[in-house]
Amino acid sequence: MQIRPIITALRRHRLATLLIAMEIALACAVLCNACFLIMGREQRMKLNSGVDESSLAIVQLTGFDNAMARDLNARMLSGLAAIDRVQSVSVINTVPFGPQAGANGMSLDPAMKQINAVIDFYLGGPSSFQSLGLKLVAGRLPQASDYVSLSNVLPSSAQVWITRSLADHLWPGADPLGKEFWSGGHYRVAGVLEHLAIAQPGSRGQYSVDWSVFVPAQPGPFLTGSYLLRARPQDISHVLRDVRAAVAKVAPDTVLDMDDSKTISEFRYAYFENDRAMARVLVGVIAALLLVTALGIVGLASFWVQQRRKQIGIRRAIGATRGDILRYFQTENFLIVTMGIVFGVLLAYALNVMLMKAYEVTHLPAAYVATSAIVLWLLGQLAVLGPALRAAAVPPVVATRSV
Amino acid sequence: MLSYYFSLALHSLKRNRVLTALMVLAIALGIGASMTTLTVLHVLSGDPLPGRSGSLYYPQIDPRDMNDYGPNVEPPDQLAWTDGMYLLKAKRASRQALMTEGMVPLQPTESNVDPFQTSALYTTADFFPMFGVPFQFGQGWNANEDEGKARVAVISASLNDKLFGGGNSVGKELRLQETSFRIVGVLGDWHPNPHFYQLYMGSYASDEDVYVPLSTSRDLKMEHDGSTDCWGNTGGDQDNLERVNCTWLQFWVQLDKPADVEAYKSFLTHYSQDQHAMGRFERPPNVRLRNVMQWLDYQHVVPSDARLQTWLSVGFLVVCLVNTVGLMLSKFMRRSAELGVRRALGASQRALFGQLLMESGVIGLAGGTGGLLLAMLGLWLVRQQPAGYASLAHMDVSMLLATFTLAVLASLLAGVLPAWRACRITPALQLKAN
Repeated sequence: MQIRPIITALRRHRLATLLIAMEIALACAVLCNACFLIMGREQRMKLNSGVDESSLAIVQLTGFDNAMARDLNARMLSGLAAIDRVQSVSVINTVPFGPQAGANGMSLDPAMKQINAVIDFYLGGPSSFQSLGLKLVAGRLPQASDYVSLSNVLPSSAQVWITRSLADHLWPGADPLGKEFWSGGHYRVAGVLEHLAIAQPGSRGQYSVDWSVFVPAQPGPFLTGSYLLRARPQDISHVLRDVRAAVAKVAPDTVLDMDDSKTISEFRYAYFENDRAMARVLVGVIAALLLVTALGIVGLASFWVQQRRKQIGIRRAIGATRGDILRYFQTENFLIVTMGIVFGVLLAYALNVMLMKAYEVTHLPAAYVATSAIVLWLLGQLAVLGPALRAAAVPPVVATRSV
Repeated sequence: MLSYYFSLALHSLKRNRVLTALMVLAIALGIGASMTTLTVLHVLSGDPLPGRSGSLYYPQIDPRDMNDYGPNVEPPDQLAWTDGMYLLKAKRASRQALMTEGMVPLQPTESNVDPFQTSALYTTADFFPMFGVPFQFGQGWNANEDEGKARVAVISASLNDKLFGGGNSVGKELRLQETSFRIVGVLGDWHPNPHFYQLYMGSYASDEDVYVPLSTSRDLKMEHDGSTDCWGNTGGDQDNLERVNCTWLQFWVQLDKPADVEAYKSFLTHYSQDQHAMGRFERPPNVRLRNVMQWLDYQHVVPSDARLQTWLSVGFLVVCLVNTVGLMLSKFMRRSAELGVRRALGASQRALFGQLLMESGVIGLAGGTGGLLLAMLGLWLVRQQPAGYASLAHMDVSMLLATFTLAVLASLLAGVLPAWRACRITPALQLKAN
């Protein structure tokens, strides 16, 4: 296949060639970045919360008098534990993807002159550590004596369990066990957790999704009204359905907050609803973009075929095969698309830099650019196939006719 | 002349149905996508109180300690109780209201309705006249009732429908947190979007159902939700919010003249200076006074996803336009022979240019109609989404006109280059070739 005559022909149609190439370039830039954004959202939705989501649910009460907290907790713990197929019940302030609670600034110096991080404090009553299914990577498990009683929102001093990600941030390269920090009180690290996502992961930036602390605490006026249920994954939604009746029996004077009483899987699904919606929109944009680009190629290629009927007839008459004509248009398309991709790659990186300024986006990996290029080459070949076949079908006799 | 061009355009478009359909489809897709996202953005960044928002201001002062202090630090988004009450009682603006939000348990008097949680705004008397809140029945409470911690409540139209079947419930009893309140007013159509005066419970479609005096809510220790930002080590005990070092109240003032705004700003600075001199404020005076639209902008109320979608769809529109330019070019160049004859018969280049542009305009109109239908479909899809603002996504007259304007302008723009190329032909050459 000779490329030179094709380039000569394209030179005669500079404007149209440039337009198609520009369209391909724009499509390439948008395609790369849209795919990259979709993958970013997918990545976010895969977040490891560090707890056994599928077997946990939370039950929230409101409208009770805090003075009655101890009595209410006792009634609720026994009432909920009596529900069929419940494995364990404990008091906890919140769960990953649940309502925001216990976010606080923390510091490595007692005067708190400088805030080192804003973290989420999970306050959990006896057995909540085991119920959550937290994985310990260093240190020990909480013991009965570690559960401190609260006289404020946060305990004045306690043994705490922090995540590996937070430990790496606070004491990079050092052993976090036994280290101290200050926030609402004075805390000492007794263990390191593999993962424990904050209640609203991503709300304070992507780097801090796992900056949580687990504090063993005794239920009381500052830790009440919110209960963690554990059951087998297949039972958990049944259990949650029976909660209403149980609460009506043991705590009729309170209001069961149905909006915030859910399984953690439900919380998680709702939490990422916007990301899912955004990913759907992006997929729609990509589909529409590819469609329009393909239609543009079809339109212009058809025009060129019609315009060159006579030349095609002459080439056929002097010995070119159908395959030669077909390959001519295919090669022409390949050249134009390649030109578009070259511009498109530059444009894609420019767009990526703009997105990085306004959104939490990292550098565009080369794999996305390569994939987009291959997709556009295939799309171009597919779009040009129809017009090219029509060109190949032009009979040599056309050469002898005047149009 | 125009009608002749118009009929010529229609004739020519009919001759090449496939190409015409491709162009119309490209314009329709591009316009449909961009108008969907632009409408969402338009709804989200709208003025919640047209005509009134320009004279409503949100004062901010900085009562915090020196931790994390630096130049250009923004003051906190809310006020502490001490400062809020001082500014409220100072009455330096023509109207002012202090507020915060919470969830309260509501125990209906009818036993057939289960008790439920409802969102409440705890505020002061000026809230209703300052924001021009419409009333169906009754009215707001007055300053004496604020002072006396009166058990009075104003309820929303939807709560009134739910509890009292939409009838006049003024004077009836409402039980909140086991306490009896007297209903003094029922709101009319009050759904400011964005929910500018209180952004912590969601920026859109998050109206409260119950309004009670702030003093009453503190007296009854009603639950406070939303953000409580504390400094120092006084803790954030929800029952002692009056005494802790925390900001948790929103304060709005009405300032009618530019001179009033300046005066109020210097009042805030003087107050900060006094507090600084007394040692309560550790930081030097750091005040802000933003009006509604500035405040919404500062709070980044419009979701970043909505902006990203708009940029994406505008990019898509550009691709569609480039595509249309290419198609029009091929269409116009194919007509060289016809245009050559017209030139030879005496039509000027301008006349040909006008005729070709008219053809692009017709494509634009058709594309605009298609785009409008697609935008309607797009907005319907947006309304199926879970986001809080989704239900607001409706097309209005201004966006409808904008759709057609954008479509016609875009297609004219796409037609300029091809039309210019096509009308520059040499008539003699074309005639000879045939």
